[in-house]
Amino acid sequence: MDDVDVDTEFIKETLKALKGARFKAWLQICAHCGLCADSCLFYLAHDKDPKYMPSYKVAKTLGKLYKRKGKVDRGTLEEMAEILYGNCTLCRRCAMYCPFGIDIAIMMSAARIICCSQGLAPDGLKATIENVIKTGNQMGMSTEDFIETCEWMAEETEEDLPGLQIPIDKDGAEMMYTVNAREPQFYPQDIAEAAMIFHVAGEDWTLPSVGWDCTNLAMFAGDTKTMAKQVKLVYDAAERLGVKKIGITECGHAYRACRFEGPYWLGFPGGEPPVPVVHSVELFARYVREGRIKIDPAKRVTEPVTYQDPCNISRSGGLAEEARYLVNALCTDFREMEPNREHNHCCGGGGGYMPMGPRFKKRRLESGRIKAEQIRETGAKIVIVPCHNCFDQIRDLDKEYDLGVKVVHFKTLISQMMIIPDDMKPNQQAS
Amino acid sequence: MYDLVTGPFAWVAFGTFVIGMIVKLVSLIILARKKDKVVFDHLDLGWSIRSIFYWLIPFGSRGMRQKPVFTIISFAFHVCLLTTPIFLLSHNILWDEKWHITWWTVSERTADYMTLILIGSAMFLVIRRIVSPEVRIVTTAYDYILIAIATAPFITGYLAYHQWFDYKTILIIHIISGEVMLIAIPFTKLSHMVIFFLSRSHIGSEFGQRRGSKTW
Repeated sequence: MDDVDVDTEFIKETLKALKGARFKAWLQICAHCGLCADSCLFYLAHDKDPKYMPSYKVAKTLGKLYKRKGKVDRGTLEEMAEILYGNCTLCRRCAMYCPFGIDIAIMMSAARIICCSQGLAPDGLKATIENVIKTGNQMGMSTEDFIETCEWMAEETEEDLPGLQIPIDKDGAEMMYTVNAREPQFYPQDIAEAAMIFHVAGEDWTLPSVGWDCTNLAMFAGDTKTMAKQVKLVYDAAERLGVKKIGITECGHAYRACRFEGPYWLGFPGGEPPVPVVHSVELFARYVREGRIKIDPAKRVTEPVTYQDPCNISRSGGLAEEARYLVNALCTDFREMEPNREHNHCCGGGGGYMPMGPRFKKRRLESGRIKAEQIRETGAKIVIVPCHNCFDQIRDLDKEYDLGVKVVHFKTLISQMMIIPDDMKPNQQAS
Repeated sequence: MYDLVTGPFAWVAFGTFVIGMIVKLVSLIILARKKDKVVFDHLDLGWSIRSIFYWLIPFGSRGMRQKPVFTIISFAFHVCLLTTPIFLLSHNILWDEKWHITWWTVSERTADYMTLILIGSAMFLVIRRIVSPEVRIVTTAYDYILIAIATAPFITGYLAYHQWFDYKTILIIHIISGEVMLIAIPFTKLSHMVIFFLSRSHIGSEFGQRRGSKTW
């Protein structure tokens, strides 16, 4: 099968490189028991259509690639790409329901690497990769624009908190905070809110002028070079500034990339990042626990609230309990979704689905039905979400399924509800 | 013929099973050392044991609790598959004659019921493969062959014990089918009887030690 559009040799080599003991054992022992089916949101959202069940999706993609020893034509690869990018969000929930613990999403990710190498990643993801290659961030924002946005936000916020700064490239700061490029581009308020919290908590922090985008959509596209490049920008910035830790904004996959996967892409020993990485959920919970941030009891939310466990923060991040500590500190009527914590369902916007582009929108909203139903059942009016992808997806689901909920990040609530110490208040400073 | 199947054939079968599994395990571990750095970076005894334990006791995991019928039947299948041949009185007598080893046995009546439970649960597994769309779509002929390999010793054993048909012929078929199963284990999906412990250790540690999440 000689197909000019397919680099069969490259695929073969990649398949060979990927096939370690895990893949070998997993592909060998899968008993085709079908127990992974009910764990999958795509299967459930498509009324149990069997072609959405996880084991089948692997068989039709990575399984087929191995069976044919990489000799596939472009049409076959295109069909695979539809399954890999369109019928799976790499949420890893199926690994929790496989009796053998087969990590199906890792195999789907591996097959994405092959499709991406042949130019078959969705356009939306490709665009972010080009931006990263050119500018180091997925939105293609220039350093000047980023710094300007930060300065603007510092000015805006100074009215409420005199002396507030958004330090850029501060050498030797305790923490280097990193953001999702959507924040300076579309939601600069997010940066302002984080700055307010850090100011009140007395955090010694900084933003880097380069390496400030902690996201990693190349990880979801399957572009191994760019995923390593982007996480390296973050690590390099932290080492250049000599900080003690890297803070991650309320973004799920960014945390997973920087905290867990990045070290492997760059070959750090023990799989640990060169500088410790903390997620906002952990950071904010620590502030509240240590009393560095005090929540005004009178301002606590009394409306029913639910919490969305982002896959990469709860299941693949282990921060489910930290998040609950924070939710309970902020709200009086917290209602759990069912199932929750490590068993949560993906919102349907994960795995890079959200930025894949308009072609995928309809399918994304369909697959989000399970999340919409979960939210509706809680009767909550507010959904707290510490992840940008979940945030956008649940806002879309709110419109599509008429849920009547408000979606918020932790930092929005905390910045509004924290007690500002008297010496930080504007009138105190003036007098 | 009887002497042949209980003599050299049996040695070949047990030998292939034991050596085959050892080779398989060692080669997997060597390959993991070489290519799966992530496995050994995070391998943790506590998380491994819990990950195995909660999937080894009935209803220990959320997935099992959501599928009570399948859980009960698949446990019945596996328990009978592993224990009946080991604790069967006539097997113990045979081993005593040949190799002078014996251990506890169950009553013949109990063993008879266990055999029926195994055959019944195997039938359930086959029917489920045909009836449930999500299982049918991933099922291949190979899956049926494996169920046949695992069940044949029990069907023929049952026939032999009750002396239906020609006892001697059935007995020899029974012994051969048992040997076929033993030989098949290292080379087929049946190897999950041992690899299960490796793969569960990995996933338990991968989510547990590395990330702090449970996998049950």
